[in-house]
Amino acid sequence: MGLKQSLHNLKEKYKGTKMAPAFGAFHTFLYTPNDTTHSGGHIRGADDLKRTMNIVIIALIPLLIFGMFNAGFQQSIAIHHNFSSGMSFFSSEFWTLDNFFIGFWKIIPLVIISYGVGLGVEFIFATINDHEVEEGYLVTGMLVPLIVPIDTPLWMLAVAVVFGVVIGKEVFGGTGMNILNPALTIRAFLFFAYPTWMSGDKVWVTGAVQRTQDIAEGAKLDAITGETILGSLAQGKEFMYSTWDMFYGFIPGSVGETSTLLIILGGLFLIFTKIGSWRIMLSATLGAIAMGLIFNGVVDAGWIGEGSKFYTLMTTPFWHHLLLGGFAFGVVYMATDPVTGSQTNKGKWIYGFLIGFISILIRVFNPGYPEGVMLAILLMNVFAPTIDHYVVQGNVKRRLKRLKAKTA
Amino acid sequence: MSTDIRIKKGLDIKLIGEADKTTTQLSLGSVFAIKPESFHKITPKLLAKEKSHVEAGQALFYSKADERILFPSPVSGEVVEINRGAKRKILEIIIKADKDQQFQDFGKKDVANLSDDEVKAHLLASGCWPFIKQRPYDVIAKPDDKPKAIFISGYASAPLAPDFEYVLKGKEAELQAAVMALTKLTSGKVHVSIDVNASLSPFSNLNEIELHKVSGPHPAGNISTQIAKIDPINKGEVVWTVSPQDLVIIGELLLTGKFNAERTIALTGAQFNTPSYITALPGAQIKDLVTNNLDDDNTRIISGNVLSGTKVDTEDYLGYYDTQITAIPEGNDYQLFGWLLPIFNKIATSRALIFSWMSANKKYNLNTNTNGEHRAFVVTGAYEEVFPLDIYPMHLLKACMYKDLDEMEALGAYEVAPEDFALTEFVCTSKQPHQQIIREGLDLMIEEIG
Repeated sequence: MGLKQSLHNLKEKYKGTKMAPAFGAFHTFLYTPNDTTHSGGHIRGADDLKRTMNIVIIALIPLLIFGMFNAGFQQSIAIHHNFSSGMSFFSSEFWTLDNFFIGFWKIIPLVIISYGVGLGVEFIFATINDHEVEEGYLVTGMLVPLIVPIDTPLWMLAVAVVFGVVIGKEVFGGTGMNILNPALTIRAFLFFAYPTWMSGDKVWVTGAVQRTQDIAEGAKLDAITGETILGSLAQGKEFMYSTWDMFYGFIPGSVGETSTLLIILGGLFLIFTKIGSWRIMLSATLGAIAMGLIFNGVVDAGWIGEGSKFYTLMTTPFWHHLLLGGFAFGVVYMATDPVTGSQTNKGKWIYGFLIGFISILIRVFNPGYPEGVMLAILLMNVFAPTIDHYVVQGNVKRRLKRLKAKTA
Repeated sequence: MSTDIRIKKGLDIKLIGEADKTTTQLSLGSVFAIKPESFHKITPKLLAKEKSHVEAGQALFYSKADERILFPSPVSGEVVEINRGAKRKILEIIIKADKDQQFQDFGKKDVANLSDDEVKAHLLASGCWPFIKQRPYDVIAKPDDKPKAIFISGYASAPLAPDFEYVLKGKEAELQAAVMALTKLTSGKVHVSIDVNASLSPFSNLNEIELHKVSGPHPAGNISTQIAKIDPINKGEVVWTVSPQDLVIIGELLLTGKFNAERTIALTGAQFNTPSYITALPGAQIKDLVTNNLDDDNTRIISGNVLSGTKVDTEDYLGYYDTQITAIPEGNDYQLFGWLLPIFNKIATSRALIFSWMSANKKYNLNTNTNGEHRAFVVTGAYEEVFPLDIYPMHLLKACMYKDLDEMEALGAYEVAPEDFALTEFVCTSKQPHQQIIREGLDLMIEEIG
């Protein structure tokens, strides 16, 4: 008796029991089910939610791997102070196995905790509520390790994941029902609960926090630091990275957000497969450019002096904003979440534009935390149903107008 | 005068098993059945008694809501059995056909000289009324309404749909008679839409119609699509629709006085050895129609097309309105890593490692597998790509699900039929039953608003 038949027999055995959701999750991971159509059309399209989610994961994997190399690379340049700006993307200094394994051993635990805890919560809720384990967390679980600083303690991540999945999603009814992007809810929880671990110049380089503690205990070591470019800009400090470094991603930052090049490639893949919304990606970019141009214009007009604490960020050329921080990552992978984003095509333009616009606004004016994309997306998640409401009302009004024209 | 309708949104699902243009004249089968269920929202009141004899065209039952609407027997023969279900609901009226068919004579009519009321009375008395359906709600028309227009789609764009140009060949006289009768029932026009490429369509030269040429992918041939482009339905308005083969039946009745429900049926789909056309009466037993032609091993037989037809088996009967039988493989098997591996032999509108976008003209052998499990709505924007109406499909579906009548009305529920949601159902990654949701929503509106 083959595996297929044995699993089928088990499925029949577990049908209607508390085991069914958990077993179903494993079973459908191995085999797409033998369900046939029983109402309406007799044939169905080849893609399901698992496949859709999987495409997003495929688009994230290059970023995960790049993040592993970059973790080692950032640690190495922080210790040896040997960063030379202007490396090519395929530089042999960057793509070394040493770099990779430093990152690998730091990042894999984040991935395991993210998936283990998150899917655990999903399994529990699926069993209690007696529904299938849904795929939403497959993407969230991959996003989470990519949007946190590399040294985030694992217990913190676990707490945040539980909070994010339960409060961000399950209380609303699970996948498809949530209002806020679960991955960003997790990050926002970390950000507000443990702010010292989410910003500053110690958290972006693996080992930096540990070393600071060792020094405090009397070890004879040099402190290592690594400030993100946005952090430097917010404090009006110089930084040593060229535009190409930013574009390729040889800079400090959250694990997966640094390489704009790979994010663009991932975004193009999502657009090509029709999984990600090009409308949101494009309009968010336009929104960011608009806000950036406004700030640049304000500076050019002389309305703001060099003494202002916003001066450095406002003078940053508008297109640099697209390369810095988590903007590109947020726009491509988080803003495009179909559940929490706008659902109408027209709404997507407005929603995306405002995300880009507000991201840069927060980025420049928020002194405490030099990044705005997370808050901008969460804010627009809340407004997305309102945007859709007005878009749909436009359709309703058109219908009423047609009726009036008839009866008049 | 003709106007052109072009739609861009939609999807042509190309399947193997298109019917060859040859028609086999089948001998009459022995057992027929009429199912009141084929007539949506009709509560039947029996006229025929068990063991009694009926002629072709003689009424078997009438509608409880309007006793003028009669439902005729397609054959002459003996009513052998009336099968009832729970609460004595009538499921099937089974008729054993006579060797020599006798037709009830309704008398030849000269349509030009009939008044509006005479036409109506004639169609009601002869049992032709159920061929006339109304929008909103996609149910049998109410005889007392005066529709603002009547729509006929002479273009079937559904997968493997019968070619009207072929099946209606030589029926111009019947079509003309029927159309002339229909023009008397509406305050507006009779709109007929044909495929822009159908050079020999029997509709092209008819009088008293407004001809429209349609192009674009499915659902270009769906009547809702055409209504929306020609003269959209507003709240309070009613339009009627008739399908072309039913027009022929109406036409023949007017010309000869006989109710002859014989249609040309397309046998289509991968499980037929030789997909082709046959002649058959509604209510014919499926096994009489498909003998020696069907590969019946693990096969889904559908009375109708793959998108909106009804599941039947060989002991079952051809649906009253259906002009097509489709047979495709059942998909009741597991697929190892079906969600992960690239797919070359199935269709999707996304390109999620599914390569149907690469070969636009390839024909597929799709089976009935759902290719995934039922989920909440997640993906957005996919429905709009295959949905040409000016309606937000997901919002309307959700309004139907939470039964908000005001919202359903505002979002355009009067303009749709379940079949319009067949393509959104096909592309739905959450595998939601769209057509069922819309049907239940429309039924609720009938009950609450009427």
